[in-house]
Amino acid sequence: MTAATPTAVEATARRLPRHRRQLSGRTLLTVLGLLCVAVAVAAIAAGAFEVGVGDVVRILADPFTGAAADVDPIARDVVLQIRLPRVLLGLVVGAGLGTAGALLQGMFGNPLAEPSIIGVSAGSAVGGVFAIALGATAVGLWVLPAAAFAGGLVTTLVVYAGARSGGRTETVTLVLTGIAVNAIAGALIGLAMFISDDAEIRSITFWSLGSVASASWRSLLIAGPLVLGGLVVAGRFARPLDLLGLGEGPAGHLGVDVGRLRLQLITVVAVLTAAGVAVSGIIAFVGLVVPHLVRLLAGPAHRTVLPASALGGAVVLTAGDMLARTIAAPAEIPLGVLTALLGAPVFLVLLRRTRRQQGGWA
Amino acid sequence: MTAVFADRPVDDHPTPHRTPRRAAGTALLALRQVGVARRDRTILDDVTVEVAAGELVAVVGANGAGKSTLLHAVSGDLSLASGTVELDGAPLSSLRAVDAARRRAVLTQDATVAFPFSVRDVVLMGRAPWHGTDAASADDAMVDWALEAAGVTEMVDRPVTQLSGGERARVMLARTLAQDTPLLLLDEPVAALDPHHADRILAVLAARARAGDAVVVVLHDLTAAAAWSDRIVLLAGGGVLAAGPPQEVMTAELLGRAYGAPMEVVAHPRTGAPIVLPAR
Repeated sequence: MTAATPTAVEATARRLPRHRRQLSGRTLLTVLGLLCVAVAVAAIAAGAFEVGVGDVVRILADPFTGAAADVDPIARDVVLQIRLPRVLLGLVVGAGLGTAGALLQGMFGNPLAEPSIIGVSAGSAVGGVFAIALGATAVGLWVLPAAAFAGGLVTTLVVYAGARSGGRTETVTLVLTGIAVNAIAGALIGLAMFISDDAEIRSITFWSLGSVASASWRSLLIAGPLVLGGLVVAGRFARPLDLLGLGEGPAGHLGVDVGRLRLQLITVVAVLTAAGVAVSGIIAFVGLVVPHLVRLLAGPAHRTVLPASALGGAVVLTAGDMLARTIAAPAEIPLGVLTALLGAPVFLVLLRRTRRQQGGWA
Repeated sequence: MTAVFADRPVDDHPTPHRTPRRAAGTALLALRQVGVARRDRTILDDVTVEVAAGELVAVVGANGAGKSTLLHAVSGDLSLASGTVELDGAPLSSLRAVDAARRRAVLTQDATVAFPFSVRDVVLMGRAPWHGTDAASADDAMVDWALEAAGVTEMVDRPVTQLSGGERARVMLARTLAQDTPLLLLDEPVAALDPHHADRILAVLAARARAGDAVVVVLHDLTAAAAWSDRIVLLAGGGVLAAGPPQEVMTAELLGRAYGAPMEVVAHPRTGAPIVLPAR
């Protein structure tokens, strides 16, 4: 202790800036919210058939204002039937993936956990692929997401059981478990394709690339409620997830029912991932990059990380989709390819940094 | 409960109590015939210990004697093979996690934190069990006091992931103190600390005991244990070899048996407090 009185020391310490120049949670959420709206409008306007931003706003506001009476009816159809569901689906899937990543990272106490890295996305895809290959999707709208959820749930449980040791997850074990799970899922998807006919194989190929190109009001009806429900439930875990950062033992000593929390988290992660996979296939690394940037900007408290990862994921996925369909227009790059191209290098950098912090792993 | 060797000045931080405390002498922790086995190996066998409000009890013993296991069993991390553990009269197994967390705080040796929370954030986590109760109004006061008591006030805004091992150990101790429970269970809280900070922390713990809390602390430093504790529980081979005031337990004969090697106990030339050394 210094000679200064405790109160003086405290006062000084409180005036000091935080370790990094960090935004307050509220500032970050406000910025991300505005960014979300801006990106959504831009994404609706952009594309092969050009619609001005002003017309987009007029068309969207039409039900309330009737202001779009003089807008080109083709533009109106493009916006309402093609672009709007696609952009909304991008927002929904992105929010789900960003939040699923943040939840997994909190649950594993490891910033490298992410649905596609640890194999949850692939597990969901296995469920969906078998639903297609066995012709079960003809039964009803909800068969595919339900099968994807079952696949994601089983995978998350397997990874959790396999990668934990003594209440913690080492990065090496987590990543290697992910490799094994992804390999098993890949083999199962191959098996499903082997027993499928040509039309089914075309459907299945879409899983491996990942895209919101097949968006429709119908796919939005599937993913929307699941993701929104998952987000609402996820918000309740902010406080216990903070405590879980101390390790499962200390979190339990502070009153967290760790066993119950674990099951709830696994379920919510599986719902969020499966909702995304069911309508858009595997879109990798959004859940890795977004929560990481959020923690960098506003610190690790989950009351900020969770909602900011949802908004950030929505922004990234929508902007990514806009890029994917305009960068090589009229051709369209699969979104999953784009996110992997951008996200995988970030994963490598994070991996190296983790290795350095842990003094290397044998 | 006699504080034979604890007549040193310990009250450098007035201890705030925001939640009600039991009268001194009330048993806050009771282990009855506790046995713990791990993979068919018996680690603790027939351990019976009571700890009362107002006393600091040091648990000492050789490596592998079962000290940490005892603390884990009392914390509820391990299931018991036999016997019972009671917190303030209630069987531990019947308590919800949050109710147990309002009765006892636990400091384990594992001090890694997954994300770069600030020191203040981590200490504030100690207040989690009181979230939504009247006691939560004391959160800031308790956190400030705990930061000061553990000597980490200067580092409140630093990310805990960037601290040294000793600094992090003190932050975790502050978190445990901020929990404001009548019972403290601490597994080697001073192992990573320099002698000055170690003594300072033990003084804070002794002050908590003076103020009416029950403190159970696993220690390796026998001289420090003799200096600061009201009673010492000497473990050997998974059982209690001796329990009592320091001058009864800290004998060359008992310690030699507990550590399986000759030990020497000499009196401090000025205070007369026992100093324990391996016989050289």
